[in-house]
Amino acid sequence: MSASSAFNDEKGGSSSVGEPEYGHDPASGGIFSSDYKRHDDLKEMLDSNKDSLKLEAMKRIVAMIARGKNASDLFPAVVKNVACKNIEVKKLVYVYLVRYAEEQQDLALLSISTFQRGLKDPNQLIRASALRVLSSIRVTIIVPIMMLAIKEAASDMSPYVRKTAAHAIPKLYSLDPEQKDQLIEVIEKLLADKTTLVAGSVVMAFEEVCPERIDLIHKNYRKLCNLLIDVEEWGQVVIINMLTRYARTQFLNPNINKTFYGSDEDEDEDEEEKEKKAEVAAMAKRKPYVMDPDHRLLLRNTKPLLQSRNAAVVMAVAQLYFHLAPKAEVALLILFEMISTLYTCGMFEPYLKSFYIRSTDPTQIKVLKLEVLTNLANETNISTILREFQTYIKSMDKDFVAATIQAIGRCATNIGEVRDTCLNGLVQLLSNRDELVVAESVVVIKKLLQMQPEKHSDIIKHMAKLTDNIQVPMARASILWLIGEYCEHVPKIAPDVLRKMAKSFTNEEDIVKLQIINLAAKLYLTNSKQTKLLTQYVLNLAKYDQNYDIRDRARFIRQLIVPTEKSGALSKYAKKLFLALKPAPVLESPFKDRDHFQLGSLSHLLNAKAGGYQELPDWPEAAPDPSVRNVEVKESVRAVGTVTYRDTGALWGPQKMEGSEGCSFPRASDSASGSESGSGSEESGSGSESEESEEGSESEEEEEEEEEKDKKKKKKELKKPVPETESLVTDLEGLSLSDSVLSPATIAPSSVLKNYELLHRITGEGLSVEYCFSRQPFSPDANMVAVQMQFTNSATSDTKNLHMEDVKLQSGMRVKEFPEIGEREPEDIQCTAMAVMGIDFCDSTQAANFQLCTHTRKFFVSIQPPVGELMRPIFLTENEFKKEQGQLMGMNEITEKLTLDAKCRNEHAIVQRVTTAANLSRVPCGSDKECRFAGRTVTSSSLVLVTVATKEEGAAQLTVNCEKMVIGTMLVKDILLALTQ
Amino acid sequence: MIHSLFLINHSGDIFLEKHWKSVISRSVCDYFFEVKEKAVDPENVPPVLQTPHHYLISIYRGKLFFLSVVQTEVPPLFVIEFLHRVADTFQDYFGECSEGVIKDNLVTVYELLEEMLDNGFPLATESNVLKEMIRPPNILRSVVNTLTGGSNVGDTLPTGQLSNVPWRRAGVKYTNNEAYFDVVEEIDAILDKSGTTVFAEIQGVVEACVRLTGMPDLTLSFMNPRLLDDMSFHPCVRFKRWESERVLSFIPPDGNFTLMTYHVSSQNLVAIPVYVKQNINFFETGSCGRLDITIGPKQNMGKTVEGLMVTIHMPKVVLSANLTATQGNYTYDLTTKVLVWDIGKLNPQKLPNLRGSLSMQAGAPKPEENPSLNIDLKIQQLAISGLKVSRLDMYGEKYKPFKGVKYLTKAGKFQRLSLSFL
Repeated sequence: MSASSAFNDEKGGSSSVGEPEYGHDPASGGIFSSDYKRHDDLKEMLDSNKDSLKLEAMKRIVAMIARGKNASDLFPAVVKNVACKNIEVKKLVYVYLVRYAEEQQDLALLSISTFQRGLKDPNQLIRASALRVLSSIRVTIIVPIMMLAIKEAASDMSPYVRKTAAHAIPKLYSLDPEQKDQLIEVIEKLLADKTTLVAGSVVMAFEEVCPERIDLIHKNYRKLCNLLIDVEEWGQVVIINMLTRYARTQFLNPNINKTFYGSDEDEDEDEEEKEKKAEVAAMAKRKPYVMDPDHRLLLRNTKPLLQSRNAAVVMAVAQLYFHLAPKAEVALLILFEMISTLYTCGMFEPYLKSFYIRSTDPTQIKVLKLEVLTNLANETNISTILREFQTYIKSMDKDFVAATIQAIGRCATNIGEVRDTCLNGLVQLLSNRDELVVAESVVVIKKLLQMQPEKHSDIIKHMAKLTDNIQVPMARASILWLIGEYCEHVPKIAPDVLRKMAKSFTNEEDIVKLQIINLAAKLYLTNSKQTKLLTQYVLNLAKYDQNYDIRDRARFIRQLIVPTEKSGALSKYAKKLFLALKPAPVLESPFKDRDHFQLGSLSHLLNAKAGGYQELPDWPEAAPDPSVRNVEVKESVRAVGTVTYRDTGALWGPQKMEGSEGCSFPRASDSASGSESGSGSEESGSGSESEESEEGSESEEEEEEEEEKDKKKKKKELKKPVPETESLVTDLEGLSLSDSVLSPATIAPSSVLKNYELLHRITGEGLSVEYCFSRQPFSPDANMVAVQMQFTNSATSDTKNLHMEDVKLQSGMRVKEFPEIGEREPEDIQCTAMAVMGIDFCDSTQAANFQLCTHTRKFFVSIQPPVGELMRPIFLTENEFKKEQGQLMGMNEITEKLTLDAKCRNEHAIVQRVTTAANLSRVPCGSDKECRFAGRTVTSSSLVLVTVATKEEGAAQLTVNCEKMVIGTMLVKDILLALTQ
Repeated sequence: MIHSLFLINHSGDIFLEKHWKSVISRSVCDYFFEVKEKAVDPENVPPVLQTPHHYLISIYRGKLFFLSVVQTEVPPLFVIEFLHRVADTFQDYFGECSEGVIKDNLVTVYELLEEMLDNGFPLATESNVLKEMIRPPNILRSVVNTLTGGSNVGDTLPTGQLSNVPWRRAGVKYTNNEAYFDVVEEIDAILDKSGTTVFAEIQGVVEACVRLTGMPDLTLSFMNPRLLDDMSFHPCVRFKRWESERVLSFIPPDGNFTLMTYHVSSQNLVAIPVYVKQNINFFETGSCGRLDITIGPKQNMGKTVEGLMVTIHMPKVVLSANLTATQGNYTYDLTTKVLVWDIGKLNPQKLPNLRGSLSMQAGAPKPEENPSLNIDLKIQQLAISGLKVSRLDMYGEKYKPFKGVKYLTKAGKFQRLSLSFL
C-alpha cells in the first residue's frame, strides 16, 4: 500500500497514464537521479502481489514504450510477471516482451516455458496468443522451439490457431532463412486448409517465404478461387495478387488470338458483338483459342469483389483484369467505371466529368486528374476539356497552373484541329501578370510552333516583344531559340532582339547566354551584313565569361562560322549544321513508361523496383498441363461442405450453386454439411430460385462455345449408369456446378467410398443396383449406418414400384427401409435413382438379407458391411487420444508389424488409405512418424483408436485399441490389407 | 508488410510509435519531415515517399499524420486502406480521432494496434471483434475500474472471430430491438459563372445503427434501386442477391456501421437545390471592390434548406470586408483570407443577400481571378437523388424490431466558379 501512496503523491494524485515520462530522456541528465527513483518505484509495484498495482505499473511502462522511451532496464522485473493470472497484466507483459526480447535475449529465455505451456492450453485463443508471442520474440536460440510449435499448430483443430501458425511462418523465416524447407512443408499443409480464415494468411506466408514454388498452388487453385469471396478483405488482396502471377504462368494470353484473325477485324473494342461472331467464325476455321475453364473461373469469381468497400481489394481486382482478362471483356468497361470513383486512374470517356478538378483537391490529385483528362481528350470532347483547362489556369495553385499549361500543349499536339485555338489561348496567356504562367506558356508555345512555324510569324513577333518583360530564364531562352530558329520569318526583328540581348548579355543567366550565342550564330549565317559586328561582340563577351561551358561554346562557334584562313572544311557546312530542320518534339506524359510494373504495386507508383517486387511473368507460349489443378475428390467434398456465409455465386456463369444460397445463411450451415441442397431459405423465396435457373440456362449458352468439350464429356458421363467417376466429380468441382440430380450429399462420399454390387444387370433383367456406405449420419436414427443405393434401369421396359420386402435379420438388427421408388423410364438419361436406407448392424458384420421388389419381379439380395463402415469418426486431441489409449491396453490392444506398400510411404497416402478402409478421423499429432485415427462404433459407441507408426525402409507398426475385440481384430486385418497392397 | 507505425501531430512531434517487427529508429521520419516542410498544405504531402532503405506511406486524418514504414513491395492502397481503418477504429472507440484522445488512451491504443496487425499483416480489423477483446473506454467503466481495480480487457474470450459471421459476435441481447438507417447524400457540383451546371453528382451513403438480439437476417429493399450507379458494400452484404433481386440482404454487425456507399453519376440529372447570384468586382483604381451575393431556392422538392453557408477564399490582396447581410452573419478572417457567411435557414419569401465593399491593399494590382464560392447546405428528410427505402424485413428471429429510416441531403463539394475565358 505504501508503494501505491508514494506513487500517487508523485503523480500529484492523478492516476492518468497519459502523463509523459520526461525523466527518461537521456538528454535531461539533471534529473537523472529522480528518474532512477521512479523506475525503482515501478519495480516495486511490479513485485507487489496486488494485480491492480502491477496493472498500473505495466500501463505506465507500455505508455513509455508507445512514446518511444526506453524501458529496457525494467526487463527482469517485468518478465517475472509473464505467468500472472490477470489477463490484462499478462497481455501487457506480452507487449513488453515482444518489444525488448531481442535486446535481452538471455532473460527472455526465462519466459519461454510459459509459452510452451500456453501452447498446450485447451482454450484455442490462449494457444494462439502463446504462439503469436513466441514467434514474435526474435531470439535465434529458440528457432527449433518455434519450428516445433508452428508444426504442431498447423494441424491444430482450431482454424484460428492455424491462422496464427500461418502468421508465424514469415516471422520464423525472417529470423532464420535456413528453415525454409521445413517451412515450405508447413505452408503446403496449410494451403490445403479449407477454412477462409486461414487462406489469406497462408498465402501471405507463401508470398514471403517461397513465391517461386508456384507448383504448390496447383492443387489449391480452384479452392482458392471459390473461397475468395469469403476471405477477409486483406487476405483477398494478397490472394488476388498471387493468383494474377499464377495465372500468367499457367494460362494462355487471351488477347493473342486477335492477331490470328485481326486482319479483317477493325480495332473498335466496343463492338463486342461483332468480335464474338468473328470469334465463332474463326473457331470454325482454325484451331481456336479456348479459354481454360480455370482462367474463366478466376475472372468470374473475382468480379463481384469490385463492389468491395475496400479500395485495395477493388484495385487488386482491377489489376487482375488488366493483366489477365481478354481486352474485349465487357467487364473491363464496368471495371473502369468502378475505379473512376475510387481511384484516380481510369480511362473511360463517359466518366470524363468525374475527373474535373476542384480547387480543394490536393495538388498531386489535381495533377493526376489532369493527366487523365489529357489522355481522354479527343476530337469530340476537346472543346469541353479546353474550357475546363481555362478555369484551371486561373487557379491560385501555381504548380497546378504550370501543369495545366503543359497539358494544353499535349492536347494541342495530339489533336491537330485545336492546335490553333490552343496556340492563341497560350499567346494570350503571355500577357498574364504572373511570370511563372508566362514562362510555362512560352516553353509550351515554343514546342508547338516547331510543328508549323511558317504560319505563325506574328506569334513569334509577339514573343520577341516579350523579351523586354519576361525574366524567367527558361522562358527567355526559349524565345531566343525560337527567334534564332525562325529568323527567316522575322528578318527585321531578329537583329534587333540580338542587339538588345548583347546589351544585357553580362547580366543574363547561363542558359540565356548560351541561347544568345546560338541566336548570334544563326543570324550571322543568314544575315551577316547586319549582324556581323554584333555577333563578334557577343562572342567576345562570351570568351571572357566565368562559365567554362559558355567560353567553350563561344570558341567552338567562332571557329565554325567566322571564316579565317585556317578554317577547315567544316565552316562550309556551318549553315547546314545550324539551320538543319529539327524534328518537332514529342510532348509526352510524365507518367509514361510505367507499364512494365504490375498495376497497383508500390513499384508501379514509384516507377522503381521496390524490394521484394515479384516480376509479373509473361504469358507462356503453350499452356502447361491443366490437369495439375485437378484435385482428388476427397478434398472437393470438404470444399463443398465448407461453411460460406456469403454467397459464392458469381454474377454470371453457371456456377450458381443451388446450395450456396442456402448455406449462405449461417444457421443453415450449422447443420450437417450434406444438407445444403434442400435448405433453400424461406426468404429467398421461389422468385430467386426461378431466376437462378433462368440464369443458369443463359449462362450455359454463353459457355457453349468455350466449353463444348467439357460438356460432351459431362454428357457422356451422365449417361453412364454407374455412380460418378472421379473425373466427373473433379469436373463438377472445378465448375461448381450442381445438378439437381447430384446433390452435394451424394457427390460427397463417392471417391473414398467403394461401391458394392447388390444386383447385377443380368440377374436383375436390366435393373442393376449398387450400394455404398455413404458415411453420412443417418438422420432418422443415429445408431444406423446409412447405405446409399443406386438403381439403374438399362432394360427396355419400365420398372415401377421399387420397394423392400421380407427383411431377414439377426436378432437385434434393425432396418429403416427406403421409400418406394416410382416409375423408371428406360430411355431417360437420368434413368438412375438414388435411395438411402439405414441399417443397424449391432456392431457385427452379419449380413442384412431382404427382397427387392419391382412391380413384376422379386430379387433376393443381401448387404454385408466391411468392419470399417461400422464406425463413425470422432474428433480427439492428441492428449485425449493418449489418455484413452492408456485405458485400452492389454487385451484391447492389437499390434501388427507390416511393410508398407511402395506407393504408400508418405503420410498423405497412409492417411488416405486408412480413412478409405475405415470411417475414422485423423487425430492431430506432433510427430510426423505417427498417424493417429479415432472413431466410435455406430451402435455401442465403443472407442476405436488406430495408430500407424512408420519406421525406416517402409517398415511400420499398426496398433488398434478397441473395447470390442472382434472388431479390433477384423479392423487390423482390413487396414493391414489396405496399407500393404 | 507494414513494419512500423508512427503517429505524428501537426507540429511534427512523434507521440506514438509501434513496431511489428524489429525496431526502426524514429529518425526515419526525418525524410518525411523534410517533405512536409516543403509542402504548404499538409494534404499536399505525397502519400508515398521513398527513402534509401524504407518506403514511407502516410495518410492525414484529423490533423494527424499516420505514417507507416514499409520495407518491401506491397500494394500501396493496401497500406493506405489499413491506416484509414486504424483511424476509423480510433474514431469508433473514442468518439474522435485526435491527438488529445489518443494520448489519453495510449495503452488502449497500443493494445488495439497490437491486435490489428500481426507481423505487419492485418489480423483483426472488424470493430465487433476488437471490442470484445479490448473494451472501449467509457466514464462509468473507468470509475468502476479505479474502484475495483478491474480492467478494460475482456475476460471472456471473443467468439466472433471464430464464428461463421466474423463481423458479428454471438449472444447479442437487447431489450429494445431497433434498426435505424440513415440515407445521407452529398451533392458534388461545379457551377460556372452563369449558373449552369458544369458537373454534378451525388455521393450517397447508407449508415446503419442496428441493435438487434440474436442473429437477425435483414433484407432492405429500395423503391427505385436502378437509380444507383456504382455501389460498394460492407462485407456482410450478399452480392448475389443484389445482382439478381436488387435487395440488400445481410446479417448486420452489431452497432453502427456503413452498410453501403453509392454514387449517382452525372449522367442522371442532378437537382441543384439552390441558385446563387453573385457579383464580385475589383476595381482597377481605388484599391477596392464590390461584392453582391444572393441565394435563392431551386428544385428543393418542398423541403426547407437549412444550415446554409457560403465560404469564399478571397485573393491575398483583400484586406477587409465591409458588408451587410440581410440574414445571418458573416466573418472575414484576415489571416487566412476566408470570408464565411453563415445564413442558416433559407426563407424563400425573403432571399438572403450579402453586399458591400471590399478594401484592398493600396497599390497592389487587381486580382486576376474572381474567387469561387463554396456552398454548404442541409436538407432534412430528403434524399436529393430520390432514393427511397421501401421496406426492411427480418428473418431468423422471432421478435418485432423497431425500424426507422432518415434521409439527409448535404452539400459535399459544392462549388461555384467564376469562369472567364482565355
